[in-house]
Amino acid sequence: MATCPGCALLCDDIDVIVENNRIKETRNACRRGAARMKGCFNRLAPSIAQKPVDIESAIRKAAEILKVAKSPMLFGFSNSTCEAQVKGIQLAKKLGAIIDDTSSFCQGLLIETIFQEKFRTCMLEDVRNKADVLVYWGSDAQDSEPRHLSRFSYFPRGESRQRGYEEDRIAVAIDVRESNTAKICKGHFYRIQPKGDREFILALTDALSGKVPAYEPKKILELAAILKKAEFGVIFAGIGLTYSIKEDMEILVALADKLSNFHIMPMVGHYNMRGFNENLFKETGFVNRVKFEGKAVQHSPAEVLDTPSRGVTLVHDDKYSIVEALRNESIDALLVAGSDPLSSLPRSLVRHLASIPVICIDPCVTMTSKITAVTIPCAVSGVESGGTAVRMDGKKIELSKIIESDYPTDEELLTRLMEAL
Amino acid sequence: MVTVMELYQLLPKTNCKICGESTCMAFAVALLGRKRNISDCTPLLEGNFKKQKEKLEVLLLPSAGAEETGMIVHPELCTGCGNCVVACPVDVANDPRGAAIGCAPTNDKVIFKVVDGKVMASNIKECRRFGKNRVLCYACIDPCPTGAIEFV
Ligand code: SF4
Ligand code: SF4
Ligand code: SF4
Repeated sequence: MATCPGCALLCDDIDVIVENNRIKETRNACRRGAARMKGCFNRLAPSIAQKPVDIESAIRKAAEILKVAKSPMLFGFSNSTCEAQVKGIQLAKKLGAIIDDTSSFCQGLLIETIFQEKFRTCMLEDVRNKADVLVYWGSDAQDSEPRHLSRFSYFPRGESRQRGYEEDRIAVAIDVRESNTAKICKGHFYRIQPKGDREFILALTDALSGKVPAYEPKKILELAAILKKAEFGVIFAGIGLTYSIKEDMEILVALADKLSNFHIMPMVGHYNMRGFNENLFKETGFVNRVKFEGKAVQHSPAEVLDTPSRGVTLVHDDKYSIVEALRNESIDALLVAGSDPLSSLPRSLVRHLASIPVICIDPCVTMTSKITAVTIPCAVSGVESGGTAVRMDGKKIELSKIIESDYPTDEELLTRLMEAL
Repeated sequence: MVTVMELYQLLPKTNCKICGESTCMAFAVALLGRKRNISDCTPLLEGNFKKQKEKLEVLLLPSAGAEETGMIVHPELCTGCGNCVVACPVDVANDPRGAAIGCAPTNDKVIFKVVDGKVMASNIKECRRFGKNRVLCYACIDPCPTGAIEFV
């Protein structure tokens, strides 16, 4: 059995048939996972200024860039093992650098709220065994985590849900469009206006408190009745929801307080984004947007934390998110590991990205790697190297090394980079 | 297996809407899903498209001749999500410790398995739509988000 690193569901029931050190066939992995496990379309090669070099020279050049940078940033790690993430955080500390990941523009706030224990949450196995009301909110699980509904949330029979989805479970979708997930939630699809989540949450909170909701009262009251009856409910909160409510997590906390049988689970795409959030949180008390400054760590919005016990201070500030750092042109070197910011950032921000030296550590050619000063290829984690990762619900899962590879792991590369400094 | 794109390339690509679909692409999807026939596209029946029409007929032939039980799986539409694997009552009955509880199938008695990211059907004779006590089961069609399974 192998684990699929295709998304944060980290399916660990995959069979693989290996022939000549290549994965010939996968079983049980979805299409996305199968493609991921079969490797890159285009393997990254080590290069400096887009000219081929050996890995050692690329590492030396990367160290040089980071050493002279006044305000370097480390970004990514959502597709890296926990071991590599810990190394990345150490490197940021050593450099006095900013460190951030994709969660600063997607699920970070929600995950932080969960770490702060403001929500009840649960394991996916609990969902399978106990859940009777499932709410996919701003998340098209069917598309982003293709086996979510079949492995855990809706279709399987569970200990106290022996009759499965037909009779024992109700699936609800709240979204701006009728996604593939919404299609499965037949009869329980609530369409909202773009950015209408806030209004919907407030109306639903009203309905649950016995007030007549200000907005679409009939539908909201009907939904409130379904939620109230739940024995074990789960809200799968996707980026649609978190994008829309942003800093206003408190309204979701207030809604959750009204739903005493409900649990909230963040829907995570990249296979180990939650791992990064967890590792950084352990180290700094924040899940992203952190700057280590001399002996201090900064996080954004600015909160200076003195952590004398560890001999460091940190600052957390919005200006340390990749988006703000690029917008303010406040960084002068960027190391990207296991992420492709160029493919997901707005074009207006790419200009600064293109004007500073970027170092890219990745197994595959990405849009980002095509514009970078230094590229350093690594092994495909979960296929060519093992390690651990954190599933979307927080469970630690072992990744599998399925085939041999000459490429160093991202953890090794970061260690060597630190030595070269 | 033929893809939507291959079908689309052979259509007039004028988005004339005569077929009842809003675009030629939508018509190609409907053709593939067997919701429409080639003859619904009347411009195609006119002179200049003769070659394209013949090619379309050939492309659509293999799935017209489905398994003897009538089940067609369109691998190009399948995302490998496994909903059908877990929802099919035959899989549930034959693999209570595997497919039934959302895990990987543990034996070969199930109808659906996902191989290389796409569903493969076997043991189709076990399907509840056939045999003496047949019932009109929709348990694999309804949970499929992409319409990849159909019976003809
Ligand atoms: S659902 Fe995610 S982890 Fe599971 S097989 Fe698909 S891509 Fe891989
Ligand atoms: S029709 Fe019913 S029994 Fe037949 S394959 Fe589909 S789900 Fe299984
Ligand atoms: S439900 Fe549809 S898309 Fe999912 S595995 Fe089955 S055939 Fe493929």
